[in-house]
Amino acid sequence: MNKVRVLVGTKKGAFILSADGRREHWDVSGPHFAGWEIYHVKGSPVEPDRLYASQSNGWFGQIIQRSDDGGRSWNPPGSRPDELVGPDGMPRGESNKFVYEGEAGTHKWYDGTQHPWEFKRIWHLEPSLTDPDTVYAGAEDAALFRTTDGGKTWKELPGLRQAKGHLWQPGAGGMAVHTILLDPQNPQRIWLAISAAGAFRTDDGGQTWKPINRGLKSPFELPDPDAEVGHCVHRIARHPARPDVLYMQKHWDIMRTEDAGEQWTEVSGNLPSDFGFPIEVHAHEPATVYVVPIKSDSEHFPPEGKLRVYRSRTGGHEWEALTQGLPQRDCYVNVLRDAMAVDALDPCGVYFGTTGGQVYVSPNNGDTWQPIVRDLPAVLSVEVQTLP
Amino acid sequence: MTPNSETRGAPTAATAPRAVRVQLPHHLRTLARVPAEVVIEVGEPASLGSLLDALEARHPVLRGTVRDHVTRRRRPFVRFFACREDLSQEPPDFPLPAAVLSGAEPFLIVGALAGG
Repeated sequence: MNKVRVLVGTKKGAFILSADGRREHWDVSGPHFAGWEIYHVKGSPVEPDRLYASQSNGWFGQIIQRSDDGGRSWNPPGSRPDELVGPDGMPRGESNKFVYEGEAGTHKWYDGTQHPWEFKRIWHLEPSLTDPDTVYAGAEDAALFRTTDGGKTWKELPGLRQAKGHLWQPGAGGMAVHTILLDPQNPQRIWLAISAAGAFRTDDGGQTWKPINRGLKSPFELPDPDAEVGHCVHRIARHPARPDVLYMQKHWDIMRTEDAGEQWTEVSGNLPSDFGFPIEVHAHEPATVYVVPIKSDSEHFPPEGKLRVYRSRTGGHEWEALTQGLPQRDCYVNVLRDAMAVDALDPCGVYFGTTGGQVYVSPNNGDTWQPIVRDLPAVLSVEVQTLP
Repeated sequence: MTPNSETRGAPTAATAPRAVRVQLPHHLRTLARVPAEVVIEVGEPASLGSLLDALEARHPVLRGTVRDHVTRRRRPFVRFFACREDLSQEPPDFPLPAAVLSGAEPFLIVGALAGG
């Protein structure tokens, strides 16, 4: 029987939740890196026991950790596993050197002036679909880095910041590359999203990028309806079998594109609120999409105190509330943008974590839910691996 | 607190590497997998900067956690103390106190009180 491994990043460490394919009984390991903020943990699709974790805090900055045994042990990565730890058992890696290429330059600051780019942390790690040693890292202040040696060294792909980077401006949560989507059919194509800058695409492996925000409407933040950048994109998602069909949770609005981002159309339909953070696509049904509506940008909690996942089976427009097993009164948690994932089992499992420390699973496409854990630190990210 | 003029910045005549006791904060101990105090060999000149260079050479995982990778400046919420004095604002060439070089006093790397 298949197994699932859920990788949870929290404000105070990482946790690994494991179960068999029934997804009823769970083992919990952690906290790993106790006391550190773990923005993201993700495994290599081609070597599932190879995990990468982004570990940071305000005092000591950014660390990248790597596991080669499914999360049982971790080391700041070297180029080969035997280089990770010296004979005395101490880590040898220097995996945290994220330096902008060339002159770092400036971007737009909150007051409209120009402000120097300053590295703060890695929000998102996206391992290559084909090579376990290649990983993309999304940074705050917004930039894309890549390692090709298993995390030992990182190099910026500076072409991204040439895509009108001087006009990008941080939102309330900072200015970070928080979403990276790789195209399983075209290795030269990558999509990413930056809060308060928008969505971007490269068709040449990351050398050059273009904004793909046509159709997005942000009348309060961006009075110019034709603004190419400056849109507050919270998350984008796609089904691997239909990579040109992308779904977006914008600050407000759920959007869909059929042409890899050339033109977006709103599909918010009957949602009680189209503000929110995560968006995810069913593993086997490319037109089935999940979101978690949040009341507003001023009140980051579910409308009416009811925690509801909404599912559309029609690629948007028509949404149904999924509530069975979720708190339907007095619930005022948030679900952050990287905190939702699906497994590859049938029926598809859907997972999300909350700022209240709960991680919920639905083993049946979202029809019913149960908490795996209830009392973790605030959840920053959730990923799931489907294992043989 | 009265500055300790007998130990602060006193020059040293020795040229052999000195064994300096360095105390690390909890998170850096767990990161480097070391006990609370490590002993770091420091050559001449025995300065604040050369001590940090030697610490990072011995424990590469600490590079970037105490000082910025590029500017080599102390990270904003990291503090340095020795002999009951705050050395955080001192320049890299500041001589290590004699009591630190003799092993009588440790050099402390501390996470600043910050947060809420």
